[in-house]
Amino acid sequence: MNQTTYLIAGSSHAAIEAVAAIRMVDPEGEVVMATADQRLPYSPTILPYVVSGRTSPETATLRGAAWLEANRVRFLAASPIAEVQPDQRQVRMADGAVWRYERLLLATGARPALPPIAGLAAQPHHVLRTVEDALALQAAIAGARQAVILGAGLVGLHAAETMRKAGLGVTVIEQKSQVLPGYFDGEASRMIEKAFRDHGIEMVMGETAAAVEAQDDKGFRLQLAGGGERAGDLLLIAAGVRPVTDFLAGSGVDLGQGVLVDARMRTSVPNVWAAGDVAQADRFLDGVKAMAGILPNAVEQGRIAGADMAGDSAVKPFPGSVPLNTFAYFGNHAISVGALDEAGAVIETHAGDGCYIRLVIAEGRLRGISAINHVVDAGLMWQLILRRIDLAPVLQDFLARPHEIGRVLMSRLWR
Amino acid sequence: MGNAFNTITFDKGRCDGCGDCMTVCAKLPGSAGRSRLSVIVAPDRSDFELAICRQCGQPKCVMNCPAGALAKGEQDGIVRWEGAKCVGCLLCTVGCRYGGIVPHAEARQMSKCDQCEGDPACVTVCKSGALSFNRAGALYNRVGNLEDLFAPGLSACQGCNSELLIRHTLRHVGPETVVATPPGCIAGMGAVGYNGQTGTKVPVFHPLLTNTASMLTGIRRTYKRRGRDVTALALAGDGGVVDVGFQSLSGAAERGEELLFICVDNEGYMNTGMQRSGSTSYGSWTSTTPVGKRMHGKSRDSKDMPLMMMMHRCEYVATASLGFMDDYYAKLDKAIAAAKRGMAYIHVYAPCPTGWRFPSSATIETCRKSVETNFVTLWEYTPDAGLRFTRPVDNPIPVEEYLRLFGKYRHLSPEQVTHIRQTTVDKVKHLKMHARAAEEARQANDVPLKGE
Repeated sequence: MNQTTYLIAGSSHAAIEAVAAIRMVDPEGEVVMATADQRLPYSPTILPYVVSGRTSPETATLRGAAWLEANRVRFLAASPIAEVQPDQRQVRMADGAVWRYERLLLATGARPALPPIAGLAAQPHHVLRTVEDALALQAAIAGARQAVILGAGLVGLHAAETMRKAGLGVTVIEQKSQVLPGYFDGEASRMIEKAFRDHGIEMVMGETAAAVEAQDDKGFRLQLAGGGERAGDLLLIAAGVRPVTDFLAGSGVDLGQGVLVDARMRTSVPNVWAAGDVAQADRFLDGVKAMAGILPNAVEQGRIAGADMAGDSAVKPFPGSVPLNTFAYFGNHAISVGALDEAGAVIETHAGDGCYIRLVIAEGRLRGISAINHVVDAGLMWQLILRRIDLAPVLQDFLARPHEIGRVLMSRLWR
Repeated sequence: MGNAFNTITFDKGRCDGCGDCMTVCAKLPGSAGRSRLSVIVAPDRSDFELAICRQCGQPKCVMNCPAGALAKGEQDGIVRWEGAKCVGCLLCTVGCRYGGIVPHAEARQMSKCDQCEGDPACVTVCKSGALSFNRAGALYNRVGNLEDLFAPGLSACQGCNSELLIRHTLRHVGPETVVATPPGCIAGMGAVGYNGQTGTKVPVFHPLLTNTASMLTGIRRTYKRRGRDVTALALAGDGGVVDVGFQSLSGAAERGEELLFICVDNEGYMNTGMQRSGSTSYGSWTSTTPVGKRMHGKSRDSKDMPLMMMMHRCEYVATASLGFMDDYYAKLDKAIAAAKRGMAYIHVYAPCPTGWRFPSSATIETCRKSVETNFVTLWEYTPDAGLRFTRPVDNPIPVEEYLRLFGKYRHLSPEQVTHIRQTTVDKVKHLKMHARAAEEARQANDVPLKGE
């Protein structure tokens, strides 16, 4: 039988940071990293840039063989877990191998969610979550003329820009009434949406696909719930993700939408932790347990999980996930940190000249900031929110110059 | 031993906001037209703050980069950006909490400080001295590779900087050394040894509080007579230097004995229960200067021991603080050389968490504050060059900022604070007088100080 001290299921940001945190206090313990992926660790976030050709799978390796060796990680590629048996402290891999563990981290991430569209299973379509997905999509773009993208989130919009620049006709269909729902407020979203329209991309908001069927030899015809239809030869489903938890059925690990965890990323089952896109942890702003699906939160969660697994007495509990998004599109850049709105909050917005900034302040504390084409230190704003810094003494200055005043405040906090 | 790294430091008290640092940085090839550091005027216009990459030990920008485009150099600690890998997603700016990353969103790139690979242009161009390049990291690496000549397991109080000091010092002074540790914290923490075994890997002995300098004199002379060049090193507390040990030290200085004498000044007999010494600062609570109805801490000012040693015209006299390790090392080098010719004396100001009542995690910060307020001044003296400030603080922060760090000053009345503020100013004024005289002599190109 195989056995290890630490078994890390997954190989992206949360998994990597967990290993780094483990090695801070436990240089000796055996670490096995088992991932469903075929490749060395990489970030799903990089994939839109693999599709666009900005980077390649080889260049975008997150941590290579040298890192794995230096941290003495035994890396098992193409090794998805099929079953977790916490009572025996062991897992069964898809290939039948059994691994005993002392501590297990579930960092299995997420996979694309497929909306209920009649005929979708029979119709060739693309998703974007793995390098293989990215290479397939890239190849498809080269041979396509008209693309339809379901979903105007980060994946959908990135792909829309790439496809448009490659000369394709592009239609984006979004269920919600705006692009990047949850990331930007209505006004900012309209600015972003306009940039896509201005580049000749058809943006269909507040619409869903009802059915899809093949047309000609490689095309398809998509029926919209609102009655219209769109034809195309490249269909990309970018309608969000679902955590990978199917292998936990019958394990006793409490599941909500994802794996429910406490502030130390412990699951309901002893010796099992979860972090990253698979975990359902507290949100900072309202304390509700919810999926975050955001890279910087995965990094934080991975570190905390690793530290706690290794018994690091200095582990700091997770303060809660905060929405954090950056988006670069057609030469513009957009950033949002924290709340877009809040009951009783003061909302300050400035717009004009292709720029936009929105600040949400409640009880003298920053709750959220979002901006288009404004330089904002996102990480610094994140800290101002997490630390609930009292902005009252400098509020007017802060509203006028959040970037500079934020830097002054953090410099003083740091000392 | 892990690697330590050099760092760009900012003394906002010296910054005049000229902006030359940003101008020069923006012109560097790696900046793409935007300065990688920014000096910001505070909202109340009272002072300046600096946003710059701090080359974090565990850099969040690196962790948040999905492209593997950022990495921390193992040897020099510089967090480097690789343009060929960067995809311009800006997620690094979400990781950084110090404003250390400059986005070039239109070019889908970013830039950040790389310390100009060891010779920062911003520091070179800074006329006010606000920016400096602290090379203590390189020092730690060099010294870290030398053998630690103290045994492991010395039992100093948590947060005590004496252990840091003596380990660094003995590593640097080297194995051809005989150490004297008179009664005090350094002997008490185990340096002199237990149960017939010494706490050092060089000969160490425990003189009386009164005769450290005399015994070391004999050792240095004996070895010299036998043709061996052995450094005679004293690691003494302020009680053994300023009070009861003063007579033998003064005599040895007067005779020009070849000693390396280091006084670790924690302002009292902390080892035996925190009694006051001649070096205890005015107003301090100690167990023999208690705070009650009649007494309000120490009622006398402290002796200025390094100044007295200067008046002995020793080969070398310096003050030091472990908040400024590179300054200490520069002085230690000179002192080691001077101790081959005569008396070398270094007075190290050593805040004591146990006796002064402050958190053990704050020792180095209290060292910094002591210097930034001018409560402690860093200078050196040689008979040839006279007195020179090694880290002048022209715009000190208020001394109250220093006093409020310590429980031993908590009871101070406004009148006592005024007294401390005034004596701090007076002491600096007096030292400046000496520094000015030395400077004038240097400019007049005569060297009258030694043989006048």
